[in-house]
Amino acid sequence: MLDTSAFDLRRYLQGSTHSIGVWIALVILILFGLLRYENFGGAYNISSFLNYNAMFIVISVGMCFVILTGGIDLSVGSVAAFTSVVAAYLSPYGIQIALPGAVAAGLAIGGLNAFFVVAMRIPPFIATLATMLGAKGGALVISGAQTISIDWESNFTKMGLEKAFGVLPWTIVITFVLVVALWIVLEKTSLGRTVLAVGGGEDASIMMGLSVTKAKIFVYTLSGGCAGLAGVFLASGFGAGQPLEGVGWELSAIASVVVGGTLLTGGLGSVPATVAGALLLGLVFNILNFENGRGVISLSAYWQMVIRGAFLFVVIVFQSRVASSSKEGTV
Amino acid sequence: MTPENKQTLNTSGTSGTRLQFDWSWVSNNGGVIALIVILAFNVIVTPNFLNPQTLFVNISQVATIAIVAVGMTLVIATGGIDLSVGAVMALAGAMAPLIFTSPFAEANPQIGLVLSIVVPVLVALLCGAFNGFMVSYLNVQPIVATLIFFISGRGIALVLTNGNLQTFTNPEFSYLGTGKILGFPFQGYLVLLIAVVVWWVVNQTVFGRQLLAVGGNEKAARLSGVPVKRVKIGAYVICAGLSGMAGLIVVAINSASDAARIGNLMELDAIAAAVVGGALLQGGKAPIFGAILGAVIIQLVKYTLLANGVADEVALIAKAGIIVTAVYLQQARKE
Repeated sequence: MLDTSAFDLRRYLQGSTHSIGVWIALVILILFGLLRYENFGGAYNISSFLNYNAMFIVISVGMCFVILTGGIDLSVGSVAAFTSVVAAYLSPYGIQIALPGAVAAGLAIGGLNAFFVVAMRIPPFIATLATMLGAKGGALVISGAQTISIDWESNFTKMGLEKAFGVLPWTIVITFVLVVALWIVLEKTSLGRTVLAVGGGEDASIMMGLSVTKAKIFVYTLSGGCAGLAGVFLASGFGAGQPLEGVGWELSAIASVVVGGTLLTGGLGSVPATVAGALLLGLVFNILNFENGRGVISLSAYWQMVIRGAFLFVVIVFQSRVASSSKEGTV
Repeated sequence: MTPENKQTLNTSGTSGTRLQFDWSWVSNNGGVIALIVILAFNVIVTPNFLNPQTLFVNISQVATIAIVAVGMTLVIATGGIDLSVGAVMALAGAMAPLIFTSPFAEANPQIGLVLSIVVPVLVALLCGAFNGFMVSYLNVQPIVATLIFFISGRGIALVLTNGNLQTFTNPEFSYLGTGKILGFPFQGYLVLLIAVVVWWVVNQTVFGRQLLAVGGNEKAARLSGVPVKRVKIGAYVICAGLSGMAGLIVVAINSASDAARIGNLMELDAIAAAVVGGALLQGGKAPIFGAILGAVIIQLVKYTLLANGVADEVALIAKAGIIVTAVYLQQARKE
């Protein structure tokens, strides 16, 4: 339908002005790390960094789709906590049951969000706030507020520990495949273009005959499913279902999406830039850890919260300037 | 307003007329009905519910939710939202003991006491000014603008206290949370005072009319000369100031300050109370006493579940159900 390449190119360039900052910042931070710390570029650091951040990348990409439609999903952290417990309970049956089972649980909660937003027309912010509370409560109820140890006999643990083709942990491989797949969905399929169109202007999309309902159901269900997968990573990474984890994850995910240049009003944004945003936020802490390791400064974990907030502030100010200048250009 | 609503619902009810009338009636009086149901349930089921002690416990616990909910109602009236209230509570609550246990305050207890109340509230007001500035001058969405302090506000509080639990004995300061006048908890009176003052501000002052105008239709308000940006900043500043006070009360009740826990998830309680009390998320309405009613309902639901041995976790799910139901009824009323 949208086959004029000029249109796509302009859109792409527009998108890249929003996200160019994150790539520059990412490169600078990586160079800084490589030059300053000996083991920064080592295989161990890279692998463990990606392994740990895989769950944040996955929920950030799901969140990106929701935000592209102009919505928000506050439930992702609780959903990940819930599905990590589900995964832990299913782990004796092996990864082939536990992984789909936990993702299905995430999809179901995402579907519930979609039902609230689409059928009951509850604002996304409130609807997902409710499922956030509900999923948190659910996680605590089914786990009895205890961490649920996974079955070490089964092959469930292989995901975080064993390497696919002897190179990278499975977690990273799965994340990579998912990110690429969703990138293609957003950029190359009519569903993806509809998601962008809905965020660009919902009324206009309806008049153009696009299925706004379908797009919304898709993004909320997808975000739930991504959170479900993050829960599996959580359970395999920590060796247990964690009903108390996931607090503040929705904020990290939103921050990653915003840092990646996606407009919170929807309609403009990209999957790779969101991944870059998630990596950037993760790198800040990775570098902080290295800096602490050198013993020159010693910043407690509490400082991380302050720095994260300050970082978000800088990015938002930057983005609001870009957004207001581009808005003036079009209006 | 109410009769008009009923009429339009009846005449335009071609698409799905089932129970339209009942819904509008229920949603217009939902808060009061819910309160009566909960009270009746408790009188019958909960042991010792009609004991004065129960009343005092609930008043002292509902106060913080109610105070924050009043501020939240003002922000929601402008069409915004404030996620940072819990973090601002933590910041104010962490600062107070730091001030009155400092050597200077030990030497001058009177000045120390005043400073330990004034300074945290001033800092809270500053946080609110920051939120308001982000929203009105930088055009940042309220959810995101207040996200900054949601994350870093508690971080600053933890950095200030090094993450330690601060316990103290300071009867004067603790009066904020444990004092009694004529047998009733001090903070109960404080809630009433705040509610009356804010109600007066909303309904009887220029600022109040402008606040409702901004939430009702921002463009129209701007065109008719309302200083939209200043009004919005005002709403966030008041909300943050009230949150700061609530933080002080929490610390005073416990005679201890734990920056990691003060005001945790308060934003949810406050939003829920405001919405249950009839605040429209699109803005334009500021039912102050509705917010108090909402806070009482939220508190009573918590109490009911706890008193009847239902686990905390299930209470979370119940709260989620209340929020969805309240907003759904609100939507039904609007259509």
